[in-house]
Amino acid sequence: MTAHASTSEAGAAPAGRGFTRALRVLGVLGIVGMGFTVWLGLWVTPPDRTQGDLVRLVYLHPPIAWISLYLAFGIAALSSVLWLWPRTRSRFWDRLAVSAMEVGVVFTALTLFTGSLWGRPTWGVWWAWDARLTATALLLVLQLGYLALRRVPSDPDVRARRAALAAVIAAVDVPIVHFSVNWWRTLHQNATVLNANLSPTIHGAMAWTLLLGFVAMTLVFFWLLLLRYRIEVLAEGAGDAALQVALAERWSEGAPADEPAGPASNREPARSGS
Amino acid sequence: MWRDALLVAGKDLRIELRSRVVLNQVAPFAVLVLVLFAFALGPQRGPMVQAAPGLFWVAVLFAAVLAVQRSTAVESTEGTRDGLRAAGLDPAGVFLGKTGAVALELVVLEAFLTGGVLLFYGVTVHSAGLLVVASLVGTAGLAAVGTLYGALSSGLRVRETLLPLLLLPVAAPVLLAGTRVWQAAFATHATAGDPWLRLLLVFAAVYLALGVVIFGPLQEAS
Repeated sequence: MTAHASTSEAGAAPAGRGFTRALRVLGVLGIVGMGFTVWLGLWVTPPDRTQGDLVRLVYLHPPIAWISLYLAFGIAALSSVLWLWPRTRSRFWDRLAVSAMEVGVVFTALTLFTGSLWGRPTWGVWWAWDARLTATALLLVLQLGYLALRRVPSDPDVRARRAALAAVIAAVDVPIVHFSVNWWRTLHQNATVLNANLSPTIHGAMAWTLLLGFVAMTLVFFWLLLLRYRIEVLAEGAGDAALQVALAERWSEGAPADEPAGPASNREPARSGS
Repeated sequence: MWRDALLVAGKDLRIELRSRVVLNQVAPFAVLVLVLFAFALGPQRGPMVQAAPGLFWVAVLFAAVLAVQRSTAVESTEGTRDGLRAAGLDPAGVFLGKTGAVALELVVLEAFLTGGVLLFYGVTVHSAGLLVVASLVGTAGLAAVGTLYGALSSGLRVRETLLPLLLLPVAAPVLLAGTRVWQAAFATHATAGDPWLRLLLVFAAVYLALGVVIFGPLQEAS
């Protein structure tokens, strides 16, 4: 495994030393930021007048939701389009798209989970057929569909094209879903920070903690995104290396004509490698 | 483009006329779904009448999955897909042709289903025009997005299980909007099914346009 990793590291620049350093910096910043958010959110900020301690979920749930609904899916859709555009086509966009989608699906699931935790005490139910909840649930299924399609093994270029097209077809649906479920019903509280006149409806320590939560969560997202990106690069390298090993073993199989023990012992690793 | 579309649609419809797979298998299945829903809801008329519009569109969605699967299965044997490409047909024409054929099959099937809804659930229609327009527009959008996903998953061994997962969530707005317009058409006083009808129109227009643009690269991906 280490042999495969090192060969692909030499071949692909993003897995190099600068990339690793950037990853570490992002990770440390993200984790420290999250630590501060937790400290500020749980101990420093006051409880809310109406929601009490429940309001502390506001430092977690909206940042996660912002990443899943806008950032992750946006990056995935945009890089899919950039892959499809002949002038900007490169493996980079394909890898970035699948990384963003896969990290994004985790954040979408977390959005639903933390929202459910919040909904139970405030609305009295774990789940409500509210516009945003419904749209988020549909987004989760769209993302899972993309990943299922992406997982079907085939030639890398064909797979990239197929996944990019699926992402575009699904991305076009997102605004339509948004409008349709909005007309369908709305129960969720309005956006606190990103409202129409861009004046946050909370103040002081709470606003700063929320801002920190957004920044820290975004850093964590990019950290995970780059980690996932590197896994994609390494997996491709490992696949290529395994193919080379299998090919080499096939070639050597034919060379010694009458050696009954040799080919049998050779065939074993070839089969597991391919 | 239009000539190619007519050619492809004619081919698909001729195959359907000779094999009668959609008519003999998918349409009865869709009616069966209506009957099964009636079992699930119980024999009282009230909940059935209330749920009728939604159940109709759910049955249409299921039938659309099967119709699209049939439409792509027709291409997947004996290298027909490569034949279509080699014949020099415009990809946009192929897309519109296949979409048109699926849509026409679905419209015929919806006529059966509407009869089933009226018969089994005992609802009365107050504005038939709205009903027909909504069904036609919704079906166009459904067939368009279905054809796109059908082509996307056509070469795959897991296409039977993958297609519903890809298609149904994307088609959810059609279910939502179609149900609302149907409810408006059933209501005694004419309520405005208006934003929903527009949503169906936008959905159909967006996916027809998208298909015309991306079907060329899509054919290469399978």
